[in-house]
Amino acid sequence: MVQFSEDKLAKVNEIIAHYPEGKQKSALLPLLHLAQENFGGWLSAETMDYVASLLQIEPIEVYEVATFYSMYHTKPVGKYVFEVCQTGPCMLNGSDHIIAYISQTLGIKPGETTADGLFTLKTAECLGACGYAPMMQLGKHYREHLTKEKVDSIIAECRTAATANN
Amino acid sequence: MSDTPLFKVTIDNISIEVPAGTTILNAARIIGGDVAPPAMCYYSKLEGSGGKCRTCLVEVSKGSEKDPRPMPKLVASCRTTVMDGMEVKNITSPKVVDARASIVEFLLLNHPLDCPICDQAGECHLQDLSYEHGKDGTRYEFQRRTFKKQDLGKYIQLHMTRCILCYRCVYTADQISNKRSHGVLDRGDHSEIATFIEKSLDNNFIGNVIDVCPVGALTDKTFRFKNRVWFLKPMDAHRDCPACSGKVTLWNRGDEVYRVTARKDQWGEVEEWICNDCRFENKKSTDWIIEGPRLIDRHSVISQGHYAGKIGLTMPTETFSAVHHGRQPKLLMDIHSVSEVNQTDIDLSSINGPAHSNNFNSNKD
Amino acid sequence: MGRKLLLEKAHVEGIRYFDVYRREGGYRSVEKALKTMTQDEIVEEVKKSGLRGRGGAGFPAGMKWGFIAKPEGVPRHLVCNADESEPGTFKDRYLMEFIPHLLIEGLIVASYALGSHDTYIYIRGEYAWIPDILEQAIAEAKANGFLGKNILGTGFDCEIYVHRGAGAYICGEETALIESLEGKRGNPRIKPPFPAIKGAWGRPTVVNNVETLAAVVPIINEGGEEFAKIGVGKSTGTKLISACGNINKPGVYEIDMTISVEEFIYSDEYCGGIPNGKRLKACIPGGSSVPILPANLLLKTAKGETRYMNYESLSDGGFATGSMMGSGGFIVLDEDQCVVRNTYSLARFYRHESCGQCSPCREGTGWMEKVLLRLEKGKEKLVISICFGISKAKLKATPFVPWVTLHHGRWLLQSVILEMSLNGM
Repeated sequence: MVQFSEDKLAKVNEIIAHYPEGKQKSALLPLLHLAQENFGGWLSAETMDYVASLLQIEPIEVYEVATFYSMYHTKPVGKYVFEVCQTGPCMLNGSDHIIAYISQTLGIKPGETTADGLFTLKTAECLGACGYAPMMQLGKHYREHLTKEKVDSIIAECRTAATANN
Repeated sequence: MSDTPLFKVTIDNISIEVPAGTTILNAARIIGGDVAPPAMCYYSKLEGSGGKCRTCLVEVSKGSEKDPRPMPKLVASCRTTVMDGMEVKNITSPKVVDARASIVEFLLLNHPLDCPICDQAGECHLQDLSYEHGKDGTRYEFQRRTFKKQDLGKYIQLHMTRCILCYRCVYTADQISNKRSHGVLDRGDHSEIATFIEKSLDNNFIGNVIDVCPVGALTDKTFRFKNRVWFLKPMDAHRDCPACSGKVTLWNRGDEVYRVTARKDQWGEVEEWICNDCRFENKKSTDWIIEGPRLIDRHSVISQGHYAGKIGLTMPTETFSAVHHGRQPKLLMDIHSVSEVNQTDIDLSSINGPAHSNNFNSNKD
Repeated sequence: MGRKLLLEKAHVEGIRYFDVYRREGGYRSVEKALKTMTQDEIVEEVKKSGLRGRGGAGFPAGMKWGFIAKPEGVPRHLVCNADESEPGTFKDRYLMEFIPHLLIEGLIVASYALGSHDTYIYIRGEYAWIPDILEQAIAEAKANGFLGKNILGTGFDCEIYVHRGAGAYICGEETALIESLEGKRGNPRIKPPFPAIKGAWGRPTVVNNVETLAAVVPIINEGGEEFAKIGVGKSTGTKLISACGNINKPGVYEIDMTISVEEFIYSDEYCGGIPNGKRLKACIPGGSSVPILPANLLLKTAKGETRYMNYESLSDGGFATGSMMGSGGFIVLDEDQCVVRNTYSLARFYRHESCGQCSPCREGTGWMEKVLLRLEKGKEKLVISICFGISKAKLKATPFVPWVTLHHGRWLLQSVILEMSLNGM
């Protein structure tokens, strides 16, 4: 069952309090971020319905928003999501080769997840790190100035972290 | 309301005074005729609608008496209010005509050409729009965007591929029914009207989304593929309904009621919202008190044939022989008077029951 | 070396933290503004400074503040636009990451000037680590009496909240940003009413870019007139330029808008030239939405005059032979890059980021992406005629998001013509 812990619920109330009274829907984006972090890295229909109930809004209002923004995943993703920027400046600095290399190394095409559920490869549009291209987003942080060697080490780092967590 | 000042606005060289706060589109509708720009997403009965499809673009050649500068870009007339002394060009502006043709092209890029099997055909705003403002071909050479058909409960079929994302049905659900279960999902060219997880739309007034849909994206499942709208006779009728006004238009063929819709005004907008019960569950003519035939005051196929009068069929005054220089038409049915080839020996009408080969003597010399 | 107003202290060790920032002279403007100036005086000072919005449109900030409605009993809001998403632009990120207190300081002064007691920073969702930095800065400011109730004993209350977006370029448009702040899809609203009359939650709202708000600090400290002396003409003050693409030293530079484009690209103080001694082919000087310029028109205007890094000079020649300052995202293409491929990639970006509300943008961006891809692969023969068609339609049917769509058609034309002329066709 989808349910925030006590301290997360306190956080939810704190977020809602940032906005004018009766305008609790404003907290939807932050709450969806929180829910995605807490419930498996993606937003299931159940999770979204839960968020709707927290904000006393119709579930469809949550679905509309969740599908609009590219950071919310409405389908399951791997433990580590590689979101590689492919827009203009990154493209000029070889992002296409990086995407191809990751694709070849992990054996998945953009949009796919590895069979072990560890990695998802996605292409992303401009992430605002044009001066540090090519780059990708991994979790909360950016990995910049990517090279093949750097990609190898990031993959190895993820595998190590996954083993350590299990 | 008497304090509202009147503003003078000139649209396509026709001047009119309207209360301040009126939009250019509504001012043009008061003038009427070709001066009124087409609107695919604006719906005067739905608050917040408009500004999306861009078919109602007009050129403001003079901003107002105080500030006569023209507006730099074409504006959406449905959401731009008039200023005193404003001058607007609609069909008199080549820019507008050109831009509108482009908008039609955009709207049709991903719209299927399935009019022959679409229930909306004949009363489709997009058909009218393309006919009047579009070009005769497409320059789009790529695959069109498609979606799977979706059932929204037992009454409504969603055919998303045809949708032009006017958002009217979303506003209707928001403002007419008290609970909205469908909305616009995803974004950009993948936006779609959907319920996310398959859900039926159950609200008692949700059927109105079918009436507001300008294309065949939302259709009445109780009427699907039953008949073409231009074969049906629209009749105003009412019944005593506990939920709504009960004032509807029946679409009949003979005595049979094929479908029930709300009554629509000359701009194709619903006059009074009706409930699902009236719309879907009362399909016997005995359920209704007939008021009389309804004029369909719009430039579409159904307005062409049914009733003589202001709109519709006008009877010719000339006779056939007059236009054929005195030559009488040959009566095709009375073949015996012009040819003996098919002359039979027996009078078919004297045979009891259908004719059979036994009735004919095929070996006659 | 040009004068620096924003990044002067950015490299001081520990400037990210309140104590160091304060020691280096931070928060003086809050003291000055709240204790010695009225709200109108601050707005007046910003007007005098000639500060133009740094988000891309370049609208005078003081004038925007002057528009805010002040109905009795209705709260007003200031919203900081940190939804930096224009390809080529990463200056706000740099400011927020390295010198967050500068933004907070500017926000407090601006909130006071506009009467906003609840101020929001709308930051793009992908900058996921920056809200922590900002929230820490806010907490420090609050602990030191610069935020919260009765700031510095002046009776002015103000809270700043960080609101994270979730990945949508369109939310950088101010009305879409407000919709998103309200927890909705980022569909731009129809204007009028403008946010200054009816913005967030129907209340008067001012939305300003991060850099604009940061620039309020030196304006208050040194006075609007002093600020206006820096730069040239209507390009007053300093501007952050985020340089990227094929250059030796990509990064964020603060310029005083008097240097030439050539100096900016080739001097070691700034971009440091093009890697491997390659030649300059083209440049998009103000973020992906502004017109691309070939090398000859970039360094000199059509009249043969030197082109400078400021609002007027970059737009010299209009849309035909000039470009725009935009958001300051400076993208350089060397001789080996294909302009068509670059344009295709940007068209794909706009298709991906279109909110889908208006038909020309929703349908047109996808069409353009497809046409460009086919062109890039050399399979397009009739592209020029299609380009002209879209260009015409686009220009004439500009929807809500003018800067998104306005240039699409032009790009197509320009990139095609540019690539052809560069190949001697």
